[in-house]
This record gives sequence, C-alpha cells and structure tokens, in this order.
Amino acid sequence: MIMAGAEAIIESLKKEDVEVVFGYPGGAVLTLYDALYKANYNHVLTKHEQGAVHAADGYARATGKVGVCIVTSGPGATNLVTGIATAYMDSIPLVAITGQVAVSLIGRDSFQEADICGITTPVTKHNYLVKKVEELPRIMKEAFYIARTGRPGPVVIDIAKDVFAATLDYQYPETVRLRGYHPLFEGEPKAINQVIEEMKVAKKPLIFIGGGVNLADSAQVLRDLVNHTGFPVITTLMGLGSLPSDHPLNFGMVGMHGTYAANMATTECDLLLGIGVRFDDRVTGLINDFVSKAKVVHFDIDPAEINKNVLAEIRVVGDLRWSLPSLHQSTVSAKFDWKGQVELWVEKILKWQKEKPMTYEQNSEEIMPQSVILKVNELTKGEAIIVTDVGQHQMWIAQYFSFKEPRSLLTSGGLGTMGYGLPAALGAQTGCPHKNVFLFVGDGGIMMNCQELATAANYNLPVKILIFNNQVLGMVAQWQRMFYGGRYSHSRLKGHTDFVKLAEAMGVTGMRISKPSELEEILKAVIAVPGPVVVDIPIPETENVLPMVPPGARLDQMVMGGG
Amino acid sequence: MLHTLAVLVENHPGVLMRVVGLFARRAYNIDSLSVCQTENPSISRMTIVVSGDDSIIEQVSKQLYKLVVVHKVTDLTNEPIIDRELALVRVRVNAESRLEVLHTVNVFRGRVVDMGRSNITVEITGDGQKIDAFVRTMRPYGLLELVRTGTIAVMRSDG
Repeated sequence: MIMAGAEAIIESLKKEDVEVVFGYPGGAVLTLYDALYKANYNHVLTKHEQGAVHAADGYARATGKVGVCIVTSGPGATNLVTGIATAYMDSIPLVAITGQVAVSLIGRDSFQEADICGITTPVTKHNYLVKKVEELPRIMKEAFYIARTGRPGPVVIDIAKDVFAATLDYQYPETVRLRGYHPLFEGEPKAINQVIEEMKVAKKPLIFIGGGVNLADSAQVLRDLVNHTGFPVITTLMGLGSLPSDHPLNFGMVGMHGTYAANMATTECDLLLGIGVRFDDRVTGLINDFVSKAKVVHFDIDPAEINKNVLAEIRVVGDLRWSLPSLHQSTVSAKFDWKGQVELWVEKILKWQKEKPMTYEQNSEEIMPQSVILKVNELTKGEAIIVTDVGQHQMWIAQYFSFKEPRSLLTSGGLGTMGYGLPAALGAQTGCPHKNVFLFVGDGGIMMNCQELATAANYNLPVKILIFNNQVLGMVAQWQRMFYGGRYSHSRLKGHTDFVKLAEAMGVTGMRISKPSELEEILKAVIAVPGPVVVDIPIPETENVLPMVPPGARLDQMVMGGG
Repeated sequence: MLHTLAVLVENHPGVLMRVVGLFARRAYNIDSLSVCQTENPSISRMTIVVSGDDSIIEQVSKQLYKLVVVHKVTDLTNEPIIDRELALVRVRVNAESRLEVLHTVNVFRGRVVDMGRSNITVEITGDGQKIDAFVRTMRPYGLLELVRTGTIAVMRSDG
C-alpha cells in the first residue's frame, strides 16, 4: 500500500499493539504529528521530553508492554537521554522515536541537529538512523523485536525529517532477520541438573531474586519453587514484588539498606541461587567478601552478566521462562526432602529476623515516613502500584511496604534517577487506569519534574503523590551526617515552596498532613479523591535510613538503628 | 597478556564507533585495531588486539556479542594462526650508514619503497615481534617516522 513515512510509522505502531504514545511535538516531527492528528492516535502530551520518556518507562514497567515516546530532533532528543539511560540500567523495553533534521542537512550543525545515535549508543540496546523511507517498516519491526526480546532494553529510532513525508509501498515484515542478534531462550538442561545436585548437598541454600523475575513475568513459578523447596529467599530492590513481602520465607531486601536477616543470611549461606540478578555494588557490599562461604549459581538471560561482578560456579544462561519452570520441575521429580534439609537453616534466619526486625522510633509530634508507608499499605491492602523517586523514601518503601504482586513497585534502581517518579507514575496510571497508583517522592525529587503535575491534571490521571518533605536532600544529608562530619554542603533545601499551592496552580488537588493524628483521616480523604492529589507531608529532617552497610564494608558490618 | 580477537561485524556506518565506544566505556585496552571489508561486502572484519587476563577477555567477547551489529567473535590467541602486520619506516641515513641500513633491511626481508638524500623508507611485513625487532634495530640510525597497520590474522587451515 502506498503511503507516507509518517503513516507507515503509525501503521507499524498499530501492528505492534501500541495503545498509547507519550511525546512532545517539534519542528522535525511536524509531519509525524500531523499523521497522529489525522489518525486520532492515542497520545499523551507531557510538559517536557524527559517526562515523556519516564512516562513510557513507567507504562512499560507496569504493563509489561513496550513503552513508546516520540520527540523532535536536537534538544527534544537530548532531553530523552536520562530517561533512556534509566530504562537501560533496569532493562526496560522502550522504543524512542526521535525526529532528525532532513537528510541534506545532517552533519552541517543545522538548527536543532544533534547526533542522538552517537549520544545514546552507550545507553541503548540498539539504535537506528533512518535516512531512506523504504527502510522504515523493517527498522520499526526490528526495533520492537530487539526492545522486548532477550534482555529487554531501550531502542532509539532517529528519523530524518524528509523521511516522514516521503512515500513508500508499505508492507510490514512478518519476521525479523538479524544476523547479529539471536536472543537465547532455552539453555543447557545439564546446567539445571548440576544445580539440583548442589541443592541436594547444600546445608544453607539461599534463593536470591532480582528484577529479572519481574521482567520475565515468572513470579508464579518462583512462588511454586519456593513453596515446594522451602528454601529461604532474599531479593534485590528490583526483585521486590515477585514473592509477596509477607511470605514466611521472604527475608526481604539484601544490600546497603537490606534487612539484618537478609544480609546475615547472605554472609552465612553455602549456596546462593542468584536468579535474574546482576550483583550490583549496592547489593554486594565489599565485593571480595561477598558470599565468601558459598557456591554461586547464576541464572540470567544475558551471558555477559555471568562472571561480570561475581564468579559463578554454575551458570544457567537462558530465559527465566525456561530455566525457572525447568528448575521447579526438577525439584519436584527429584523426590527429595528439601524442606527437611533446610529446616535448621530457616530457623536460624528467622532468629535473625526476630532479633533485629525493621524498626523505627515514633513520637506523637512528628510524622515518621515509615508510618506513612505502613498506613498506605494498610489502607490499600498492598494492592496498589507503588512508584518512587530516588533517595531515602525509596529505601523506606523497599523496607516497609508489603508488596503482593509483581510489577507493583516501579523505581529507578540501577541509574537512581531523581525526577523519575512523577512522570513514571503518570505512565503507569495511563497503562493501568483501574489501579491505584501511589507516588512516594521527596521534596527534592518532586521539583526535578514537577511540571508534569500539569500533565496529571490535563489527563485527570488520579495518581496520589505523597511528598516526604524534610527540607533536605535526605540521602545526601544522611551521607554528609555519617561520613562528612555533618557538613551539609548544599543539601538543605530553602523550603519556601508551598507544595499545596504548587499543586493547585497546576490544577491538581493539594493537601497537607501536619501531625501524626491526622494521618489516617487525610490519607483516606486523599484516596477518595477521583483525580490526582499532591499531599505535602512534613517529616523529620534527620531521620536516617537504617540498617546501612557503609561503603566499602561487608554486608554483616551493618550500622543498625531504630528503637 | 595480549589476545587477538577476530570480530565479524556489519559493514555499516557507525559500526566502528559502537565497537570502539564499548572498549572505551568498559575500560578495556585496545592494543591495535584493523578493520576492512571481507570477501562478503556486507561484512567487515575487525582484528582487535586487546590486553587483559582471561576474565577480561571473556567479558570483552560477551559484551561485543551484545552489539546487534556484531555477528561473531573469535579469540585467536590459542589457535594456530597466521598473523601479519605491515609497517612503513622512515630512517635517517648518511653516506656511512646507508649500506649498513640497506643490509639490515635485507636481513629482515624489508623492501625499500622510497629513498631520499638523507633518509629511506622501508616497507616491512611480519608478525608484531618481527616488526618490533626491526624498529629496535633501526632506532640508533634515527627513526624519523613509523606507521604500523596493527595486526591482522587468519586461522590456519586444518587440512
């Protein structure tokens, strides 16, 4: 069928089941936006390109689909970089379509020209510069295929302005033929047998789950595996939700702000089954002493993750959709008394958990951030999508919220992007209109993309935005308090911003909780509002996130705290 | 330790940037790099000599495979291979040293490709060690310019 490049893009988006795109128009994409207009395509206009890409990311994390954003050339494209890098670090499938100047102008430092392929190469799974309209269908097909298969990730398609108007005989390819891209699904069955043998002789095995389990939608089979074997479980930040937080064998997050039980279990275990994890430095603590008593088994889809940070005795390379069912089946057919084998070990971890549970000090004057999280958890019965920004509140969420379902925590884990939360929450709400979406954010992070409050109002996206307002950049200040002699270099926020008024100015309901006694009542009122709400919640300035493994320390050298 | 990698890649603009950028951002050291189209014009072959222990080479190879433009990575280090490098060497000569230099060039099976009043230019091929040795021998005469291609390598046929 003969059509213009811009129409071909829209046809391709339809073929890929893209229900909504997030974007911001501009010179180079005018023709594409004209086609979106004519097709009446579902488009969410953010207030900043960074908002569009984080929204597409939040949409992708919440729904499991590929998130799509469209922006113009030059500054439009460069404004995506933080969002693309955020998605790349957490393996989130995105397709970012950027306009480029016309073919004849490329390389001449033309108006609004930027080499976005060059700029994004280190933070994309792949990228394309499209200069010929005939290449569009193949490249669209490949981009979505690359983004969603294997280890997912962001793909950029940079399209020269004249390509949108040029015509082609459109035919969308049925299949993808890429000589250099063959994502592995099924790995070596032999490796699974080796794992079973190690599991049989282990006295203190530990299942360690990461974001891969969420990404591979493998929570159910993981739960089956845990229930069948009775093996204890610890998780990374990105792994939260794949096993319910209140599961008796879930000992919570490991690492810098991990639970005492999780960090002690990791230190003491003799077999670590790492599943969809990448042994980030925030998890391992001092890497040379990480699981020094254990054999490591590493399940991952990306061969490059194996032996990158931690040496694995047994490697199970392949999609968790293959390896986890296979492992579960093998544990069943082994007819082995798994539970009996780990009884003493689980008791030991339970003792650690009882000895030093997560606690914090309460008083009647101040609203403790942990108490807000617990209250939201109680009021929503844990059945909400929780989005965070980055910093102290993010860690408190990881420590205190009781997650029930996979994909219920959306957070920038790898890149740690402040400003991620608000637009990501809007994207999640767009993808899941019937779910309650709560954003927890600091008074620092909210200001990084607060323009998107207007987007929330414009589209009436009923996200509940809880601002933990401590008048400081909390995590920065915590490090300054603990490691820089209390010199609060530029971490104190001046505090003249009235978040209630800010919200109202943008068309969002604003509320404030002033004292602990109001917490429940106001939160209930917030939930009852049908549209978006900003809640300003003053919290104490000097509250620390604890436990904490100081940088350069072993996991068992935690600084404990609480009451 | 030096490893020689043969990397088959798409013959497209920007592919070199992707490969070199990967080395730079993961802090791998490229000792030499040579690249040109192969018998199949849609594919280029890069011969990359990289220094590092086995675990680094394992990572280099896996990270290269993650690039969509990379088809195949072969570590030739422990394989029977033929490896060659070409160098153009300009050496200072005078009336006394000229014959001596020419004699040495012959010993190394180099070829004189240009000759001026005060210098000669020699083309020499061989593995890296031979080139090193030649360069070392020429240095006392006055090494004016040295251009090396970097190693290229193929595996020996098994039959």
